[in-house]
Amino acid sequence: MIVFERVSKRYEEGHDALREVSVSIDQDDMVFLTGHSGAGKSTLMRLIMLMERPTRGQVIVDGQNLAKVRRRGIPGHRRNIGVVFQNHQLLFDRPVFDNVALPLLIAGQDHREVGRRVRAALDKVGLLDKERAMPITLSGGEQQRVGIARAVVGRPKILLADEPTGNLDPALSAEIMELFQAFNQVGVTVLIASHDLALISRLHHRILTLREGRLVSGTSD
Amino acid sequence: MSLRPQPGRRDGASQSRTSVSDRYRSWLQHHRLSAADSLFRVLDKPLASLMTWLVIGIALALPVGLSVALDNARAISDGIDSTARVSLFLVDGTSASRAGTLAEDIEQRDDVTEVAFLSSEEALVEFSQLSGFADVLDSLDDNPLPHVILVEPGVTDEASVEALRADMLALPEVAQAVLDMAWLQRLNRLMELSRRLVQALGVLLLAGVVLILGNTIRLAIENRRDEIVITKLVGGSNAFVRRPFLYTGLWFGVGGGVVAAILVAVALWAIDGPVAALAASYGSDFELGGLGIMNSLNLVLFGGILGLAGAWLAVSRHLGGIEPR
Repeated sequence: MIVFERVSKRYEEGHDALREVSVSIDQDDMVFLTGHSGAGKSTLMRLIMLMERPTRGQVIVDGQNLAKVRRRGIPGHRRNIGVVFQNHQLLFDRPVFDNVALPLLIAGQDHREVGRRVRAALDKVGLLDKERAMPITLSGGEQQRVGIARAVVGRPKILLADEPTGNLDPALSAEIMELFQAFNQVGVTVLIASHDLALISRLHHRILTLREGRLVSGTSD
Repeated sequence: MSLRPQPGRRDGASQSRTSVSDRYRSWLQHHRLSAADSLFRVLDKPLASLMTWLVIGIALALPVGLSVALDNARAISDGIDSTARVSLFLVDGTSASRAGTLAEDIEQRDDVTEVAFLSSEEALVEFSQLSGFADVLDSLDDNPLPHVILVEPGVTDEASVEALRADMLALPEVAQAVLDMAWLQRLNRLMELSRRLVQALGVLLLAGVVLILGNTIRLAIENRRDEIVITKLVGGSNAFVRRPFLYTGLWFGVGGGVVAAILVAVALWAIDGPVAALAASYGSDFELGGLGIMNSLNLVLFGGILGLAGAWLAVSRHLGGIEPR
């Protein structure tokens, strides 16, 4: 589903974020990506999202070589990927429902279908009763679950999460990880960047470790 | 349903299975949503929005009001008999019968359409009536006025009229031949100059309106930067992100157009009374022409177009630079 072939990324200021990274993630995989801050976790995610282009090598997502996706094709590419951010990235002037509905609105769904799917997604993350609430009134864990609902509402094939439990206590973090596992079980490819080694090592999924831009473990199952 | 063929894909990918008519409907729906949302945002800050509307309204009302004034002035000047006329003042002592014969002779010329003879006696009567100097004129022993022959040329171009005047001046009985057109030509040139000045002013103010709107939209974009980034992250296209801002520009422009139409109407209403009184004192039943319903609507429409232009300017300059980092 996600293939990196000898991918290097050097930023303009000369910093090598990724060096010769080769990895393949299958469709039903749930994979953790770990390493110190600055090891290249975010850069790897950004390459998949086409927020950056690799300096060398190829990234192939769902059979599509991303080098062939032009600027105009980027929005369409992103619509096939659900993303969860550490800082939630919610719209704080809109209620929960509108936040979760955003990807469907962008995709041009009929508004009846939007209502149905948003409620289904909120139900999955256990926030069905909060659809009219404003995000600011929610706890950190609830906000993160809104972010997850938004990421999955469009039924993406790939779910990316960058430090999704970064600001949460262990109990909440475990709950969030369970949610991701549930989505993985229905066939979504899940890639989670996290440095919470204690948590992710308990979950028995493949772990990719980055160190100074190099993949040092987890290249094969 | 015109489904895109997606062989071998599982149900999870059904988000891209949308028919063309569904897409069109949702596109319309997003337009409606953006329009309503933008209008709501504009109305949500009534004072700030009113300021913007007033600035745009005043900038639009100035050239429009001036050009309405010019149209009125043109209506007046068109009402003035614009045919050229040469007045021949005859030499003192020319007899009335000689003058009458001369008038008939002149009428025979090809380049003359009409000739009117005004004897010195008739002129005196007319002058004493119009001037109010009847008593003074009565006290004079002699009639100080000469016979006058009014010649209306059958030619219109300046050179031929001037040639006719020269011919007339060459006649021994003619003391002076005066072309009455000069002041009217000057008036017309003055009007033309004013029109150009109003146009130049209009162009400058319209450019100002577009820039003001562009700046307003730029601020709106800055205020919603996070929202733009998030929308782009979850796959919003540039058109999707652009839409609400274009509607914001449209609402500001339309509001500005309405303000301008109201300002022009109020200004005309305010000077209507004095103008009517002035016209009456000249014995004219001149009525001040306004914008009318159609032109007012055009002004509103035009404001909307300017608003869109300003928004487009801002959006094309600033939106592309906002990318998820």
